[in-house]
Amino acid sequence: MPVVRVEGVHKRFGAVEVLKGIDLTVEGGQVIAIIGRSGSGKSTLLRCINGLEQIQAGRIEVAGHGLDASAKGLRDLRKDVGIVFQSYNLFPHLKVGENIMLAPRVVLGVGKAEARRRAEAALAEVGLAERFEAWPDNLSGGQQQRVAIARSLAMQPKVMLFDEVTSALDPELTGEVLQTMERLALHGMTMLLVTHEMAFARRVATTTVFMHQGRIWEQGPSERIFSAPETPELRQFLGGGLK
Amino acid sequence: MIREFSQSEFLFILASARWTLLLTVLALLLGGVLGFVVAIARASRLAPVRALAAGWIGMIQGIPVLMLLFLSYYGLSLAGFDMPPVFAASVSMAIYASGYLGEIWRGAIQSVAWQQWEASAALAMSRAQQYRYVVLPQAMRIAVPPTVGFIVQLVKNTSIVSIIGVVELARAGNLINNATFQPFKVFGTVALIYFMICWPISLLARRLEGKLNAGRTG
Repeated sequence: MPVVRVEGVHKRFGAVEVLKGIDLTVEGGQVIAIIGRSGSGKSTLLRCINGLEQIQAGRIEVAGHGLDASAKGLRDLRKDVGIVFQSYNLFPHLKVGENIMLAPRVVLGVGKAEARRRAEAALAEVGLAERFEAWPDNLSGGQQQRVAIARSLAMQPKVMLFDEVTSALDPELTGEVLQTMERLALHGMTMLLVTHEMAFARRVATTTVFMHQGRIWEQGPSERIFSAPETPELRQFLGGGLK
Repeated sequence: MIREFSQSEFLFILASARWTLLLTVLALLLGGVLGFVVAIARASRLAPVRALAAGWIGMIQGIPVLMLLFLSYYGLSLAGFDMPPVFAASVSMAIYASGYLGEIWRGAIQSVAWQQWEASAALAMSRAQQYRYVVLPQAMRIAVPPTVGFIVQLVKNTSIVSIIGVVELARAGNLINNATFQPFKVFGTVALIYFMICWPISLLARRLEGKLNAGRTG
C-alpha cells in the first residue's frame, strides 16, 4: 500500500489555480524529489499533503488517513507526516532537547523517559547528540535545520516532507543538511522533497517529479529525468538550472 | 479645631492603603481573567468572536474610567442591586483593566511569528496545545513590560474610586489634609506610599524579564 496517495488534487488561491489536478503516489522507502520553477506549485503540493493548505477538489491519503475537513482527522494524519520548513521554525523559548520532546510528550502522550530517549536518538541521527541542552539561537542555521529534522523524526512519522530546507543556508551549511537527509534516505525513510539542489535530487531521489504550471509535467527515475528529459519545458528548466 | 499630623493620622493613611491594594488586586484578578478571554477571542479564527472582542476593547478604551465607575455604582443600585461602594469600585476597575490587558495581550499573542503556529500545527498539536506550549510562553516575554506598566497605572488610577466614597489612599490623604491643613506633609506621605507600592512592582518586572529572556541572544 502506498504511503501517500494524491488523486486529482486542485488548489486555488483566490482566482489563481495553483494545482490543476495532481496525481502522485509515494511508496514506502521511496525518495521523491519535486523540482520546478518558483510558482509551479511544488511547495503548495507539499503543504497540501499535511493539510497546511486546504484543497478544493481531489483526495489525499497518507498512511491510511484520508484528509478530511475535521480537525481530529487532520491531527491524526499529521502524527504520521513530518515536515521541515525553509525557515527551521524551532521554538525559541525551549532548549534543543525540549523542542524535540514537546510533541511526543503532549501529542502522543509518551512518558518523559521515553520522550528523552526518542529525542536523543533523533539528535544522534542528525549528528547533534551533544547539543541536547543548547538554545536554538546559539546554533548555526544548518544545525537549527538538523534539529528541526530531529524534531520531526521524534514523532516517528511514516513520511517526511522537506520544503526547500536548504534555500536559506550558505553552501557550506547546505552540505551538512543534505548529508543528514541522505542518511535518512539510506535508513529507509520515505521522503518527499521540494528542492533546488539538482545534484542532490539526481543522486539521492529514486524518482524525480518536474512540476510546471500547476501540473506534474514529467516524472520518472531520477537518472532518466536528468540525463534524458523528454519535454522541452524540462529540458529548458534543466538547461537553465544546471548552468 | 486643627489637628496635628501625628502618628495616628499617619497610621490612618497607611491603613487606607489596604483598599488601594485590594482594589488593585481584585481588578487585576478579575480583569486579568476577562482580559485573557478577550485577548484569545481577539485572535480567534471566527470573525464574529473577533469582532465582539474588538468591540469590547474599543468600548472600554473609549469610555473614561469615571463613567465606568458611575455606571456600576449608580447604575447597578438603580437596577436594584444594593451593594457597598467597594464592590462597584472593584467591578468598574476590573472592567477597565480587562479592556487594556486584553489589548496588550492580544498584541503580544499576535507578535509571535505565524511560523510558530504552523510548525506546532504540523506536529499535530491542537489549538489549545499550541497556545499552552508554544505561543503563550513566547507571548508572555513580550507582554511583561507593557503589563507591568499598566499595573502601575492601575495602582494610581484606583484613586478615582474616592469619588463614590471609598476611603482609599488618596481619599484618606484628603480627609487628613482637611483636618490638619498640612498638605505638603500629608500628600507627601500619600505620594510616598504610592511610590512604595509601585516601585517594587517595577523591580519585580525587571527580574521577571531577565528570567523570561533566558536563552535569547536577540
